[in-house]
This record gives sequence, structure tokens and C-alpha cells, in this order.
Amino acid sequence: MEKMPKWADATLVPLISLLLAALLSALVILAIGEDPVAALKLMVDGALMRSSGWGYTLYYATNFIFTGLAVSVAFHARLFNIGGEGQAMLAGLGVALCCLYIPWPHWSLALLGACLFAGLFGAAWALIPAYLQAKRGSHIVITTIMFNYIAFSVLGYMLVNVLRPARAMEPASPRFPEATNLPTFEDMFSTAAAPLFKSAPVNVSFFVALAACVFVYLLIWRTKLGYEIRHFGFSETAANYAGTSGVRITVVAMLISGALAGLMAVNTTQGEAERLILNSTEGAGFIGIAVALMGRNHPVGVLLAALLFGFLYQGGAELALWTNIPRELITVIQALVILFTGALDHMVRAPLERVFLAMRSKKEAL
Amino acid sequence: MEFLTIIQVLDSTMRLATPLLLACLAGLYSERAGIFDIGLEGKMLAAALFSAAVAFATGNVWLGMLAGIGASLALSLIHGVASITFRGNQLISGVAINFLASGLTVLIAQDWFAQGGRTPSLSGAARFEPVTLPGALTRVRDIAEAGPVMQIYSELISGHTIVVYLSLLLVPLTWWALFRTRFGLRLRAVGENPAAVDTAGISVVRLRFAAVMICGILCGIAGAYLATALQAQFVKEMTAGRGFIALAALIFAKWRPWHALWACLLFGLLQAIAVRFQSFDIAGVTIPVQFMEALPYILTVVILAGFVGKAIPPRAGGEPYVKER
Repeated sequence: MEKMPKWADATLVPLISLLLAALLSALVILAIGEDPVAALKLMVDGALMRSSGWGYTLYYATNFIFTGLAVSVAFHARLFNIGGEGQAMLAGLGVALCCLYIPWPHWSLALLGACLFAGLFGAAWALIPAYLQAKRGSHIVITTIMFNYIAFSVLGYMLVNVLRPARAMEPASPRFPEATNLPTFEDMFSTAAAPLFKSAPVNVSFFVALAACVFVYLLIWRTKLGYEIRHFGFSETAANYAGTSGVRITVVAMLISGALAGLMAVNTTQGEAERLILNSTEGAGFIGIAVALMGRNHPVGVLLAALLFGFLYQGGAELALWTNIPRELITVIQALVILFTGALDHMVRAPLERVFLAMRSKKEAL
Repeated sequence: MEFLTIIQVLDSTMRLATPLLLACLAGLYSERAGIFDIGLEGKMLAAALFSAAVAFATGNVWLGMLAGIGASLALSLIHGVASITFRGNQLISGVAINFLASGLTVLIAQDWFAQGGRTPSLSGAARFEPVTLPGALTRVRDIAEAGPVMQIYSELISGHTIVVYLSLLLVPLTWWALFRTRFGLRLRAVGENPAAVDTAGISVVRLRFAAVMICGILCGIAGAYLATALQAQFVKEMTAGRGFIALAALIFAKWRPWHALWACLLFGLLQAIAVRFQSFDIAGVTIPVQFMEALPYILTVVILAGFVGKAIPPRAGGEPYVKER
């Protein structure tokens, strides 16, 4: 018998964790002498009350949807892919090569090409850790951390020595050609009479992210492969007994995860910067961990959690602009969310389970 | 290359290897007891801030180090509660601790000093000063003119801070504690087979907490060294991945103290070379500095892959212990 109804597990546990994280963050804001209520109001105003605020919120959310889905697909196979950051960095390189060296006639084709390259490069960067986990038993967490750092060095080398235009000081690639530039929401939805999303970076890749949510839902719950991934994650030995190859599932799940993490590079590199810069990922690969944990590894949950973190990111930027609260507050909130939804899950869950058990026994007694 | 240049690179190797060694030994205690710790980085960072802040406020570097250890211990306690008491995922807890430290240090530094997330520069008694061993030369010109043995003695062996010598002493001490004491035997056993330890009537929880706390103390010293000896202030993200290099060194050393020393010296040497030479020529091939930076991680992946010796972690590592009911 289940201790808790499913809906409670899916909504109450993350919500209580979020409340705890918010409460502690409020205490942190109080401790540095600012007003938490005013801070929240400022965040809401800056991120949700103007269409340009929404434009930034959705732009950040696009990144977090991709990385959150990446972490959750790996989680379903009980693999902890902490290497989304490195996979996205390498994918940025793929996007840059694709946009710079292939003469695209139209942005729509360039988008498809960039998605392909981003996915391939991201998956390729996940392949070695996946293979080593499956075949040699090297712990995937450690190898993907190492690959994050290696990716940073590879990217640094490529930008400084290969892609940087002659006589430029900054380690960055040249600008991508005009034809590859993705339409932003401003281009798509704004009219002269009603200007919307003014100069916000959110672009057409947001819809790619929504499509990725649908794709992951279908993959995990509606295909044989998805069933095998979940089966493997639930019990490795049972999956092996049922004839599922653990090596294949590990590698395939990590390839999909790497490709999803890689897709965020389309948003940041092709969509926003329109060139490759050193720090284009900005830690979004790690935020994917918090997003996947909060979203309970379900695409709908990931979407909602990504929107929440998009809001926090944009709101945090507003706070840094108007108050003495630095942007790093968002890192603290992110850490608390990971702590409560991930590591202290039992602490949040156990009292809830007790409440539901008590309620049930009362009902049975009647 | 000149002889003195080599000595100078080795000298900075010693200084750069020290925080790695301290963090690596910290991880050794924790992981030998079956608690994976990828939060070394965060603990060092927190310790760096608190040691620099308190050293600045009091003008006493030892009080600073104590504060650093305190901050690191607080994070260790969170890790212990999450992964031992509540049997949470140790890796996720480590990730959370890293972010917590990364965010809070900037928030606190900004609130206390309002200098963009850094502390003011430390000087005098607020820093660890180099210790000059008896008879060693200190002036650069004297050293340059001295003979090779004197150069080695004055430049490489003498002139480090007390923490460097302390961390070297910790290697045999750790070996002795782990392999020659009852506590060490139990600590290793709890990382391999906690059920057996429990059967013998020894508390698994208490042992693991002890290991996690030792880890916190050592990370605290490592962080204090970064901010008050290697550099003279706290700067945001100043650990710069050292916690993860230490983790790499720990795997490279296959969780053994003496090997940890060699691994940390090797990785320290790579850092020292990367700092001194922007690119490096070997037999006509130019090796870019990025390759030197990535080498510790590449070497660790090779070791993990088991192509050059196999790195087998403690058997119960990462598994929360559930007492039989």
C-alpha cells in the first residue's frame, strides 16, 4: 500500500521544499538588512509585470527546460548527469561551427542544422563518460565533472587559437552571418501599435524547448526504449534479467541526455549572443539539476520548475540592479532547492507520510 | 632551462599543492568512511571567506583560520545530516553545498565589506608569513648567486608558510591514523562493510559523523591557506575548481595517503607550469596552456577508466546505511 497518494508526492513534496527554501532565503535577505517582501515585489515587477521581463524569464527558462530535461532523462536510468554544463559548452562549439561554416539560406534551415549539431556535439561529450560507466564501472558523476573542466579547456583553446578573428582581443568567435539569426519574440509578436518583448532575448528556440518536453514525455512513457530506461533505473538486475542490456541503456540514456543539454546552446549561442563566447552556459547546466529535482523528472514538472527558475534569474537581475542584494542570492536559492528536494527529501517526506497515514487510519476507524 | 628556474617552479609547486593536499586528505577521511564528498570545493570557499574576514577584523591569522574551520564544519554538518541522518543522496548534497557556499560567500562578503564580493587585503599578522629555516638565504640576489644545494635549501625547502609544513606532516599522520589505530580500522571498515561494524556494537552513525567532521576541519585549513597564505584576501570563486582537482587526486591516489601526496604534487606541478609558462614546448611541439589546465582531469578519467591500474572506491561509498529492524 502506498503511504501517500500520488498527487501529494508530485505536488506537496516539491512545494514544501520550495517553501522551506523561500523561507531560508527570506532570512538571508533579512540578515543582509533588506526587506524580503519588497525584494519579492521587485522580482515580480521586473520579471512578470512587463512583457520585456517575460522575455528574459522565458529566455532563461528555455535554457533550464533543456538542461532540466537532460538531467531527468538520465535520472530515469538512475544516472546522475552532472555534466550538462560541459555538454552545453561543446554544443556551443557545434552551433558556432554550423553557423559560421555552412552558408544557410534561411534561419529556419539554420535552426534545424544548429539543433542537429548541438545535439550531436552534446551527445558526443556525454558518450565517453557513458561508455566508461557502462563498460568500465567508472562513476558517472566523477567523470562528467571532469569532462566539464575538460570542456572548458577545449572551448578556451578553440576560441583563443582557432575561432577568434585576427587582431581581436576577446576570446570569442566572429559574429554569425545575418541569415542564421533567429527571430526573437519581438520580431514575431510585436507590432508598431503594440510593442511587445522589447529587446528581450527570448527567441524561437523556446518552441523547440516545448517540443523537447513533448518528445521526452513520449519517449519515457510511450515507447519501448523509455520503458527500458525506467525499468533499468528501477532495478538494474531485474532489467538485465528481462533481457535489457545495461550497457545499451546507459549509453543511450546518456546520449539523449547530452543531446538535450546541448540544445540549450542553440538558445544562448545562435539565439542570443549570435556568436560563441567563453561563458555562454552561465551555469545553466547545473541549474538543470535543481529543475529536474523540483520537477520530479516529469516534463510538465520540469517546464514549471524551469519557468520558476527563469523568473528567479530575471528577478535576481532586477534585484542586483535596484538593491544591494547581489545576483548570487539566486545561487543560494538554487542550492537550497537542491538541498531540500534532493538531499533532504526524507526529511520533508517523512512527516507528510505520517500525516497521510494518520488521516487514513482515522477514516478506516470510522 | 636554468637550474634556478626549475627550483622556482618546484617551489611554487609546493605552495600550489598544499591546498590540494589538505582537501585531498579531507576527502580521504570522508570517503574511506563511505561518505562521498563532492562538496570539498564549497567548504574550502566558505573557509576562505571566513578566515579572511576574521583575520582582517582581528588582525590575527590564527583566529581567522579557526573561523574558517568553523564555517567549513557548519557545511560538513549539513552534509552529515543530509547523508547520514536523513539518508539522502550524498552526491546531490555535495552539489547543494557547493552552490550554497558559492552564493553565500559573495552575499556575505558584499554585505560586510561592500567591495564587490571580496575582502580587503590582509597584511602583517593577519597573514601567514613565510618561515625562514635556519641558515637559509632570503634575498633574491643572494639566492641567485648561491650554489645549487643552497638554492634548493633556500628557495625550495625554506620560506614556506607553516601550513605547508603542517600539511606535509599530515600525510604520515593520516597514514598512521588510518592504518595503525583502532579508530582507523573502524573508519575503513565502516566504508567497506558498515553492517559488520554495526554487528560489532560500534555506532556507524557516530563514526561516519566523525569522518565527515575531520573532513570539515581539513577543508577549513585548506580554505584558510588559500585566503591568508597563498593569497592575501578573499576573492569570489577563489577556489577555482581546486576542490575537484583534490577529488581527482584522491581517485588518482586510489584513496591512499602517501599516493595522495604524490598525486597532489603532480597536479600542483601542472598548475605551477601553467602559471609560469603560457605555452610549453616539448620536442618542437607547442603544448597550449589549456592542455596543462585540463591534464589533471584527463589523467583522472584515464585512471578511472581502469586502463592504467584500477581505481576501486570504498565498497559502501555513497550508500546510506540502514540499520536492520
